[in-house]
Amino acid sequence: MGLYDKFTRFVEERQKFQVSGINPFGTCIDEIYSATEGRIGDKKIILAGSNNYLGLTFDAEAIQESQEALRLQGTGTTGSRMANGTFGSHLALEQEIAAFFDLPTAIVFSTGYTANLGVISALATPDAVVIIDEDSHASIYDACALGGAQIIRFRHNDAKDLERRMQRLGEKAKEAIIIVEGIYSMLGDVAPLKEIVDIKRRYGGYILVDEAHSFGVMGEKGRGLVEDLGVEADIDIILGTFSKSLAAIGGFAVGGKQLDVLRYCSRPYIFTASPSPASIASVRASLRQVGHSTALREKLWSNAHRLYKGLAELGYKLGERVSPVVPVMIESKEAGLEMWRALVEKGVYVNLVLPPAAPFGMTLLRCSVNAAHSDEQIDAIIRAFAELKA
Amino acid sequence: MAMENKQQLLDYVIDCLGQLVAEGKTVKPDSDLVNDLGLESVNVMRLLMMLEDELDISIPINILMNVKTPEQLVAAIEPLIGEQ
Repeated sequence: MGLYDKFTRFVEERQKFQVSGINPFGTCIDEIYSATEGRIGDKKIILAGSNNYLGLTFDAEAIQESQEALRLQGTGTTGSRMANGTFGSHLALEQEIAAFFDLPTAIVFSTGYTANLGVISALATPDAVVIIDEDSHASIYDACALGGAQIIRFRHNDAKDLERRMQRLGEKAKEAIIIVEGIYSMLGDVAPLKEIVDIKRRYGGYILVDEAHSFGVMGEKGRGLVEDLGVEADIDIILGTFSKSLAAIGGFAVGGKQLDVLRYCSRPYIFTASPSPASIASVRASLRQVGHSTALREKLWSNAHRLYKGLAELGYKLGERVSPVVPVMIESKEAGLEMWRALVEKGVYVNLVLPPAAPFGMTLLRCSVNAAHSDEQIDAIIRAFAELKA
Repeated sequence: MAMENKQQLLDYVIDCLGQLVAEGKTVKPDSDLVNDLGLESVNVMRLLMMLEDELDISIPINILMNVKTPEQLVAAIEPLIGEQ
């Protein structure tokens, strides 16, 4: 058996999507003009499938501070946080994140994926039970597997199903680690955190919330769903990323004082290089923006409502609630591919998402809006979808 | 539903699988879920949920590491019945 023979089925499946035209799973954006526009081949496109929720990738202050860090601190740290990869700016950012959340401790990781992997794998040891939403991000599944814990899934956003599973655990429920997300990346819906907190109060356990897609997007101060629902006191650890609202790369965990011990027990923290100084600098600038003004969030939500309403009026089947992530549900993979290519031809880039990346066997044209989209751009996206129906 | 013995449980698993695999596929106790039945991961997860509901148990997904066939699945979940 050849080294790659085990992937034959996978290769055959993917080849169907590469027969003609652009490959949706390896699209090259040849030029990027702004937070909302780029070029694919000879086509100028509106970017309607990114996670750049606040549209800060071209923020002048972030770029200027990033350039300054590059000049003063060099291109990379060339080491892990535990060795030579902790610079003053990494610690400063950790303090700023902790202050932003009004919590004692924050830890910066190299990516959002690594933040989940680092924190969850360290806690989800073989003697632990983790209960996760079935639609959890791959990083959560991978982290649980790496830690070796017993992994139990509950139905997506179904607090009653979670409670049944806590009941079945008996005494073990007191130590169970419940992991949910703020906004779910594919369907744009949110965890029923109030109900989940109520379950924790009655059965015990711990709650970790991944705010990757909700940080900067929800809550009065932009802290995420936990803030939006006022349940901060009941959440043990919040996880997040710098690669969405903060428009760079990296990740973080924030929580109580004891969180700090993970610096010595988390392999994904210890054995990977730390984020580059330029990235840290732009994140610090973007974090200030999140904290100082609600204008970006207001524009983001206005755009989300505009797109959702426009697509709903066209008769598309969408996610159940308005969100910066607007999933258009398509009946088949083949139809999804055809529509995705037609949208690119019309100058609109969205994400084509197939199972298992899309939940429940769905095919999605995942649209996402950001605060930098103009009304005209949102209308152009809606028009492109309208033309698909013509 | 109370499963009185292993065979009854196996019959139930095979019945559930029959609802999930493509038409024309025959599910046998030793069928390979992926290679013989073409079961995608999303359907493996659906199968677990169906069994959890019917048997009123939680099945840790870790068991899938060592499960390739319906009879192996039965062997993995049988100890959970009555334990929870």
